[in-house]
Amino acid sequence: MSADAPVISCQNVWKVFGPDPKGFLNNMPAGMSFDEIREAGYIAGVKDVSIDVHKGEMLVIMGLSGSGKSTLVRCFSRLHDITGGTITVEGQDIMSLTEKDLIELRRSKMGMVFQSFGLLPHRTVLENVAFPLEMRGQDKHTRRERALEVVKLVGLEGREDYFPRELSGGQQQRVGIARSLAIEPDIWFLDEPFSALDPLIRKEMQDEFLRLQQMLNKTIVFITHDFDEALRLADRIAIMKDGAVEQCDTPDQIVLHPATEYVRKFTEDIDKARVVHAGVLAQKDATGEGAPLDAMTTVHDMARMLVNDTRDMIPVKRGDALIGAMPRKDALDILLGAET
Amino acid sequence: MSVEATTLPASARALSGRQIAWGLFGAAVVLTLLQYAGLLPAWLHRLPEAAVPNFALWLDTIFNFIKDDLGLLALTRFLTDGLEWLLDFSANILFGKRRFPNIGPVPWTAVAAVAAVIGYYLGGWKLAVLGGGTMVWTALIGQWKIAMQTMSVLAIAAPLAFMIGLSLGVAAWKYPWVDRVIKPVLSVLQTLPFFTYLLPAVIFFKVGPTAGAVATTIYAIPPMILMTTLGLKKVSPEVIEAGKMSGCTKGQMLRHVYIPSARTEILVGVNQVIMLCLAMVVLTAFIGMPGLGAKLLAMMGSFKLGRSFEIGVTIVLLAVMLDRMSKAWVIKQPKHFERGTPFWKRHAMLLLGIALFVGFMLVSLAVPFFAEVGRGQDFSQGKELDNLIKGFLNIEVVKATTGFLRAFLNVQVLIPFRNFMLSIPTPAFILLIAAFAYSLAGRREAIFALVFFSLVALSGWWDRAVITLYSVISAVSLAALIGLPIGILASRTEKWSQRVLLICDTAQTFPSFVYLIPAIMLFGITDIAVIFSILIFAMVPLTRYTIEGLRTVPPEMTEAADMSGATRMQKLWSVQLPLALPTMAVGFNQAIMFAFFMVIIAAFIGTQDLGQELQRTLAGTDLGKNFVLGICVSLMALTFDLTIMKWAADKKRVLGLE
Repeated sequence: MSADAPVISCQNVWKVFGPDPKGFLNNMPAGMSFDEIREAGYIAGVKDVSIDVHKGEMLVIMGLSGSGKSTLVRCFSRLHDITGGTITVEGQDIMSLTEKDLIELRRSKMGMVFQSFGLLPHRTVLENVAFPLEMRGQDKHTRRERALEVVKLVGLEGREDYFPRELSGGQQQRVGIARSLAIEPDIWFLDEPFSALDPLIRKEMQDEFLRLQQMLNKTIVFITHDFDEALRLADRIAIMKDGAVEQCDTPDQIVLHPATEYVRKFTEDIDKARVVHAGVLAQKDATGEGAPLDAMTTVHDMARMLVNDTRDMIPVKRGDALIGAMPRKDALDILLGAET
Repeated sequence: MSVEATTLPASARALSGRQIAWGLFGAAVVLTLLQYAGLLPAWLHRLPEAAVPNFALWLDTIFNFIKDDLGLLALTRFLTDGLEWLLDFSANILFGKRRFPNIGPVPWTAVAAVAAVIGYYLGGWKLAVLGGGTMVWTALIGQWKIAMQTMSVLAIAAPLAFMIGLSLGVAAWKYPWVDRVIKPVLSVLQTLPFFTYLLPAVIFFKVGPTAGAVATTIYAIPPMILMTTLGLKKVSPEVIEAGKMSGCTKGQMLRHVYIPSARTEILVGVNQVIMLCLAMVVLTAFIGMPGLGAKLLAMMGSFKLGRSFEIGVTIVLLAVMLDRMSKAWVIKQPKHFERGTPFWKRHAMLLLGIALFVGFMLVSLAVPFFAEVGRGQDFSQGKELDNLIKGFLNIEVVKATTGFLRAFLNVQVLIPFRNFMLSIPTPAFILLIAAFAYSLAGRREAIFALVFFSLVALSGWWDRAVITLYSVISAVSLAALIGLPIGILASRTEKWSQRVLLICDTAQTFPSFVYLIPAIMLFGITDIAVIFSILIFAMVPLTRYTIEGLRTVPPEMTEAADMSGATRMQKLWSVQLPLALPTMAVGFNQAIMFAFFMVIIAAFIGTQDLGQELQRTLAGTDLGKNFVLGICVSLMALTFDLTIMKWAADKKRVLGLE
């Protein structure tokens, strides 16, 4: 397996619910819409999805409830068996795994965080966190050491002996996060982890999550129905509707060039200036004069400069290398919300 | 789908359904009138003797084949040995039966102390007093040994029923085919009269404690199965997924994820197992199992009301204690200790229990009274109570009231009603029941009613079956006359709702046997006592579900009624009662099931129904007849159960209450 091969790769994945999904899918005429399938008595949970997740990348799957995002992520970990297509995880076709291999894969490579936490009510914080380690048969001492370490990592020191119901929602989700990290997974699934929390705690948990990600640098599939959250966290966003992926791209591209009307509606109320970076606006062949801007600067960050500056083309650098120049007008248009 | 498309055919079907129900009813009336006019041929009035198939003989043949030729008896006798060993063990510990391990009996003071500590651990001071107090009362009133005889069977039967129920519940949850097989068997088992469990138990497992334990265990298994599957099905999908993502194997999932997460339902099952076991173990007195039940039976038989009353109190106290403690266990949640809490503090209750136990063991070595309350040392007031009760009953007013009730009910109400029911020709009766089922539930239930009651007619016990039904219907009707108004009145204020519900909850934990005591006290050994005992037993669920039904009416609906200017009565009749009716129907159903149960036990007082015949079979080895009678009762009860529950479910759906 080469270094930049995708960690998770899915090709034409279908997940159909109904009395005889396999038979239905095999005989289905191509190009049937979600509604047509529903009229035939089936639900297309995931509809012909092809997507790759790369190492160290954070892919956010965004969609309203019922759009199939949770179903898709459950296909990645084979909590659902898919009806058609292939999913490979680190080069292995997961549908061909035996039960034993599948358990082994989950025990060694995958962690998952759930919307309503999914904690075991009869176990203390420490026992919950150590649960995956216990399941794979680690001895008591090692798993305790490791669990204490992760509990500390998520900031729950001193609460190790509490039971889940004695904790607040945010604290419970910290336990959920700690549990999913206990086995040091390579792939980290998070299914709307912050949706059940109130807005202030949610912001705090997002910051905490970004901090953890910077330390750990996992491959992440993150699910949310909150577009702001997606923009805030994602390397790439996949927007889903009726089981299908409408668009999968970086936040800048989604905001600048929505692929469909559906996606455009989401981007309408977004302050694009906070999303779009200089690096995206830079034209490769163009050159500019004066001090270069960093590619990661958002339009919002450079607002004051844009207004005062007189250059038409502003050079943009990534690291120390110049990558091109950005027309000041494009950035101003975004800042002022003019249609481009 | 459009609304019209769904409602139109439904209303068309309902119309034709109503017509069919009226048709069945009309046919029944015509048949009855023909009979009254003397025009109905005799073979249509009652099935001729010659036409009755000999079910009993056939069943006997089958039983004998299974028992002897297939060697089931050898197997059960083998099992008996193991069970007997366990029962002897608990008997030795609790009341000193001379068997292995020969260390008992444990002094009553030690048991009482442990009961108090367990009570404190589960639910604080109140339960500590209840636990310790019950034991002290039992010992001081001089019933320690018989109470422990009862408890020694309970101590084996309840865990057995728990383990079997849990495993079957897990199997039914895991394999749909097990569920499909078990469901109908369970509903039959739950309506089968208890006497039907007793005789096979005796035949296969020897008279005495072993047969008692087997019958008790089997009787207590069904709710455990139901609660286990219910609990396992309710485990949140995310917890299940979390388990899978943690890499659990199937075994680990069950052991570490499913069963602990279903803890609440499983413990509710444990509570029900314990309560059913207690109720049943008392009834095993009918097959000669010594203990509280046998003593009560003997005392009531010789009309010693004082002692009967005392034993009744002991049984009730034990029931309330076991119920409250196991319920407290259901809601007890684990709590963490701060880091560095010393060992003795973490396990304070365990250590205290052990210390008190050992302490009282030692003390009782020195003071015999603390070990055992000897003959003549107890505080039983049997004689005095006897005189008191008999004196009370002899007061002119009381005597006149009970006498009047007896005469009035018998002559004016019950006997005419019974004769009327007996006068209806068999086919007309069956049609009536079918019409009832059709109008309430629908075609499927009507067909069941038709088949079930036809089978009862074919069994050859028709008249006795009708008398059984007559007792049930009259007692439940009378219970409704009293219970419903109480429920409606109580539901008007929160305070009274709580009080009456508490009384009902408590009363429901009493083993059915004790309901005979007040009946016999007031009315002696008469028909009225039978009706009365069923009446109070059936009133409990009626009152309880009435209150619950009325209280769960959504407040915005009563508020809407208030704002529409409804008077209290209007609100009750046009808003509250219609919405509460489905819930009340569940109460009605339970009342009828309870009544079928009680009417069989009341055979002890002397009835002419199926129960009487059933009780007679216990003396012999007439297994076939025993089963035929039991199944008759079960079929009648099932008909009502199916019909009413279907009606309640339909109604709830229509009203959008679920």
